[in-house]
Amino acid sequence: AHLDLKKIELYEMGWNLKDGLRECLVAAAPYGGPIALLKGHYRRSPSARPQLEIYSSSGLPLASFPWKSGVVKQLGWTVSDDLLCVQEDGTVLVYDLWGGFKRHFSMGNEVSQSQVLETKIFHSPYGTGVAILTGALRFTLATNIDDIKLRRLPEVPGLQEAPSCWAVLTQDRQSKVLVANGSQLFILDNTACTPVTPPGLSPQASSIVHMCVSFSYKYLALLTDSGHVWMGTSNLKEKLSEVDTKIKTPPKQMAWCRRPKSQQPSAVVMWDGLLIVVGECKETIQYHLDDDSVLVPELDGVRIISGTHHELLQEVPGACEEIFKIASMAPGALLLEAHKEYEKESQKADEYLREIKEQSLLSEAVRQCVEAAGHEHEPETQKTLLRAASFGKCFLSNFPPEQFVSMCRDLRVLNAVRDYTVGIPLTHTQFKQMTVQVLIDRLVYRKLYPLAIEVCRYLKTPEYQGVSRVLKHWACYKVQQKEESDEVIAKAVSVKLADAAGISYSEIATKAYESGRTELAIKLLEFEPRSGEQVPLLLKMKKSPLALSKAIESGDTDLVYTVVMYLKNELNRGDFFMMLRNQPVALSLYKQFCKHQEQDTLKDLFNQDDDHEELGNFYVKASYKDQRLEARVALLQSAVDEYYKAKNDFSAKTTEDEMRLLRFQRKLEEEKDEQLVGFSLQDTMTTLLSVGLHKHAEQLYKDFRVPDKRFWWLKLKALAEKEDWEELEKFGKTKKSPIGYLPFVEVCIKHHNKYEAKKYVSKVTPEQKVKAHLAVGDMEGAAEAAIERRNESEISTVLSRCSATTDHLLMERLNRAKATAVKK
Amino acid sequence: MASHLFCGRVNLNILREAARKDLREFLDKCSGSKAIVWDEYLTGPFGLIAQYSLLKEHEVEKMFTLKGGRIPSAAVKNIVFFVRPRLELMDIIAENVASEDKLKPREFHILFVPRRSLLCEQRLKEKGVLNSFTNIDEYILDLIPYDGDLLSMESESSFRVRQSLNECYLENDQTSLYHAAKGLMTLQALYGTIPQIFAFHVANMMLRMKREFAGSHTQILPVFDTLLLLDRNVDLLTPLATQLTYEGLIDEIYGITNGYVKLPPEKFAQKKQGEGGKDLPTEPKKLQLNSAEELYAEIRDKNFNAVGAALSKKAKIISAAFEERHNAKTVGEIKQFVSQLPHMQAARGSLANHTSIAELIKDITISEDFFDSLTVEQEFMTGVDTDKVSTYIEDCIAQKDPLIKILRLVCMQSVCNNGLKQKVLDYYKKEILQTYGYKHILTLKNLEKVGLLKPQSTMRNNYPTIRKTLKLWMEDANEQNPNDISYVYSGYAPLSVRLTQVLARPGWRSIEEVLKILPGPHFEERQQVPTGLHKKRQPGENRTTLVFFLGGVTYAEIAALRFLSHMEDSGTEYIIATTKLINGTSWIKSLMDNPEENLP
Repeated sequence: AHLDLKKIELYEMGWNLKDGLRECLVAAAPYGGPIALLKGHYRRSPSARPQLEIYSSSGLPLASFPWKSGVVKQLGWTVSDDLLCVQEDGTVLVYDLWGGFKRHFSMGNEVSQSQVLETKIFHSPYGTGVAILTGALRFTLATNIDDIKLRRLPEVPGLQEAPSCWAVLTQDRQSKVLVANGSQLFILDNTACTPVTPPGLSPQASSIVHMCVSFSYKYLALLTDSGHVWMGTSNLKEKLSEVDTKIKTPPKQMAWCRRPKSQQPSAVVMWDGLLIVVGECKETIQYHLDDDSVLVPELDGVRIISGTHHELLQEVPGACEEIFKIASMAPGALLLEAHKEYEKESQKADEYLREIKEQSLLSEAVRQCVEAAGHEHEPETQKTLLRAASFGKCFLSNFPPEQFVSMCRDLRVLNAVRDYTVGIPLTHTQFKQMTVQVLIDRLVYRKLYPLAIEVCRYLKTPEYQGVSRVLKHWACYKVQQKEESDEVIAKAVSVKLADAAGISYSEIATKAYESGRTELAIKLLEFEPRSGEQVPLLLKMKKSPLALSKAIESGDTDLVYTVVMYLKNELNRGDFFMMLRNQPVALSLYKQFCKHQEQDTLKDLFNQDDDHEELGNFYVKASYKDQRLEARVALLQSAVDEYYKAKNDFSAKTTEDEMRLLRFQRKLEEEKDEQLVGFSLQDTMTTLLSVGLHKHAEQLYKDFRVPDKRFWWLKLKALAEKEDWEELEKFGKTKKSPIGYLPFVEVCIKHHNKYEAKKYVSKVTPEQKVKAHLAVGDMEGAAEAAIERRNESEISTVLSRCSATTDHLLMERLNRAKATAVKK
Repeated sequence: MASHLFCGRVNLNILREAARKDLREFLDKCSGSKAIVWDEYLTGPFGLIAQYSLLKEHEVEKMFTLKGGRIPSAAVKNIVFFVRPRLELMDIIAENVASEDKLKPREFHILFVPRRSLLCEQRLKEKGVLNSFTNIDEYILDLIPYDGDLLSMESESSFRVRQSLNECYLENDQTSLYHAAKGLMTLQALYGTIPQIFAFHVANMMLRMKREFAGSHTQILPVFDTLLLLDRNVDLLTPLATQLTYEGLIDEIYGITNGYVKLPPEKFAQKKQGEGGKDLPTEPKKLQLNSAEELYAEIRDKNFNAVGAALSKKAKIISAAFEERHNAKTVGEIKQFVSQLPHMQAARGSLANHTSIAELIKDITISEDFFDSLTVEQEFMTGVDTDKVSTYIEDCIAQKDPLIKILRLVCMQSVCNNGLKQKVLDYYKKEILQTYGYKHILTLKNLEKVGLLKPQSTMRNNYPTIRKTLKLWMEDANEQNPNDISYVYSGYAPLSVRLTQVLARPGWRSIEEVLKILPGPHFEERQQVPTGLHKKRQPGENRTTLVFFLGGVTYAEIAALRFLSHMEDSGTEYIIATTKLINGTSWIKSLMDNPEENLP
């Protein structure tokens, strides 16, 4: 198994470092991220402060400032391009890539007391983490610096001095530390320290001097003092290979250099001036280094940064090897050849093509060329390969175009960001892993807004994830530019963001407010289309009247309530009421709140508005809450007064009636011991009649001017209920019934008194005669009446009630009468 | 399980599935065994989204009803409150949390339905319990799918006891409009931006929606072509009329809640041979009503007078199917017969149920009372004697018939006469107060506030104009084989649905005059749909319109819209959304104000 490597020069560094990387503490972020240097770090002279410098991957300066804080033990980058500086006392300072201080946090008391001995910054699916080895030889870990939960790992048995080497692993969704103490190896997790043995490690080693974990945490490489590199899986279950470097001095750095899905392991070990790559076979590959260098492990290789150059060392990708290997007969190689001949207008093109087609490998050939193009850094090579692929595609029907199209797009973007001025040397594999989203974020962090927008537009990223997001970041940056006036900035922001969809102006305004520009914040909030979004910030800025009107505009009741409650606590009662008065919607919402929660306030509010009608209603409601009659009547009197003021005579009069009724009921209750209070007028009269207090009922009937009809119904029913037939008859004769006499008949029947019912049949009007006779079951009478009236439908009704067996004669008569009625 | 949601033109099950997914996600957030403490009101609407089995799968072991004091003991890790965002409920929760056993603390969570509320969280903070909650989340349940073509919010509107419209007009509270707008947002997120919107009376909601939609373009091909927002205020008349469709009558008489009806049990007693009717069940019979039941789907929207015929036709088909067994000779034939048995038996059960229901309803519809009352309603709707005191109403009051019946009739008269003469109005009011009690004065005021009752202004009565132009009254309504929507009220064509019909064809421009008379302005608005998502209609393909009734819709109106969907040449299919399913009784009830209630 032969290892094919290639070393590409990415950049000639733009920086001008006098002493190269000597005496520098260096940290370079993966995925072609920025590089931080702490110059003069190892000089340790009290007079000269170290200088912190930040560069792009191409060595263009981003920031530079003298380091004024404590002694830095380690530099590192977070996943969102922030610089972490871990100090000796366990304090971690966070800077953005422009050198702006963002925040700091501590790694805990224990760390600050025993000081930091060594530290490592690592990345996991949970974010960026910090691991610290303290002077007390204990490990403290924070897995995610954005949500710090410090974990102190268990003690390593027998550890007397700093371990020979250690590394952080992520396994089973947990961060662990792998420690070597001499030849012993331990895994530390939250609860335990477990000794482990790498399978098949050469016995001649007495100490493990260096170790490194692959980018994916899957593989582990160990270097022993005998110069052997052991490579295996990081769970220590499997050995992949072991190679003797034949160098026994401790190296400066070691890193994995393995592309995903590669057939064999490979690691890079660096000494002063020498780089050795070890793989599966015994032979190693050696490179000479001119200069002090740093290794930056990547997903698919290792970057080597020196004082002057920036290179990428990686295993040659399969597709490239197939195509470019000398005398390769792979389909991709043949296609490339065919295309070359075609450009030369040579017929050989056809021969090559035929050869591929005969083996039906043309689509494979196209795929190889496209894939290889993705791995090439030189735009010319990329083009050649893509042209060959395009050429091959012409001879294929139904070849899906997506791969080719997206590769062209991706490469265009990659070439743009790899450009020296941008300096993000991403490989295609890395780009796919990090996603467009993250790339855009990185561009935004670097304030490369126009490029970011171009990329979004070119890749057709949905607007709210793409262009709008970039513009929002731009605006957030813009509002912090102190030298420009509020007007200019507000105008610039609104012009640029005008037709971008889904912009949250409130976020931008919050940024402005945070940088002390309240006026600008208010101006910006005006652009926010969703009023609800404006409210929290307005409240924070103590612009409560504005917050209130915005909350109302949003239509979100809850938001209005929130502001109203805030105002209620903020203002004195008078001002609060005044403010509500100018906002009818808020006022009515608050009234509703008071209705359930604060009755008294409600009254005050009505009073303030001179809302007599509502005050009247308020008193009416209150009157039902009181048990005592006097209080109830008094409250109703207040209601009456208010209703008069409201010019609602009807309500006032009916309320007065109610008071009168209540007094009457109370009086009678006392006199006759009959429960009445609270009854309706109708029910009161019914009760009185049922207990025989006819006079009192009559009195109410007159006093309250009850319509005759209703009273007659009432009395009729009440008397029938009591079966007081004598009284009913008397009542029936008092005067002509306003409801007629059919009800008398029907009510009597309802109480099963046919005898009494019959008394009234004769009094019923002609129109209702038939019904009345039928009600009392007098078929003859009904027939008589119907025939007399010559009414066809009435005759039919009677007929339908006749029984064929008993009323035979009657039916004949009726049928005859019906016939004549119809004729007419 | 939810097959009735698939059958329509728009697959409303997507909405239900989305709601179920959210629920599962929330439950999984509170890991470990849990007990749910329910705000009782929510159990009904939740039943339409998820059964207990789903909750159980996500480790819900106990369920309690929210009430004061201590939560019953249960060996669970989590206590989850499912509540509406109301202050009273926050006080109860605070009490629950405060009286929790300190020795065996359980984890607390709140799920606000349908939305989180800062105000409520503030209240919990004041009570000192806000920090006791591990998760505070919201469960956005705006539009709940009721049937293949029907969505209802049943949420905040009824959550507040009062309904949206009433609350909105009575209390100037726009909450429910806000929720409706949010509900439409959810809908558009799932079914694409609706390109065309028509609205009546709800201008500010339109504007609000426009703002909210800005920038949230979905990449989904629009399912709906048009949205019509109808405010109940535009048509106050329809809910007052007695619905005469089968489903409408079930709702009028027994009330349908969350898709279920409770019926008197007598008619449903299993008659076993030899036993006679000794042990009549006393529990009401509870039946689920939706279009998953084949027979119900067939008859629900028919005029009740056509239901008898439909039922007997069905009975013949079913008994014919059972007769088939005599013809089954070969083993194969018998096997096929047997395989159809379950379906046939279900059909027979369904037929028996609906025959019983129809009998129950018939007992009422053939009564003189029902007939008289309907006659008066129809007189009002045709404009007969609407300007004087109705003897029938007078008699009903004298007989002390149910107050709601009286209010429905009086309001109807007022609406059909564009207000009553002051003298007539005062007479009715006085009669009502003397008979049913002074306490109803506030109810009467409420009815006046929302415009259901009003004194006649100097303006002339324009109801006849509306009636004639929109053909609201059809003399020869065909109940058996309808050819017009008026069959749902045996003559009266619901105004709301007529407006919808005219909008589709020939368009509102043809009725400008009437639109001017109807309350509130009307709007047309277009929403930008991303290029590439413009619908290419096949020739003959129907348009789909979403009709959103703000303030409630009746089953008869739904029936009328379904009738329009099924009309051969209509060219439009309707999906119905509403804040609440109502009928005249529930509607009036929601406007009643009884000061004797809530007494300490």
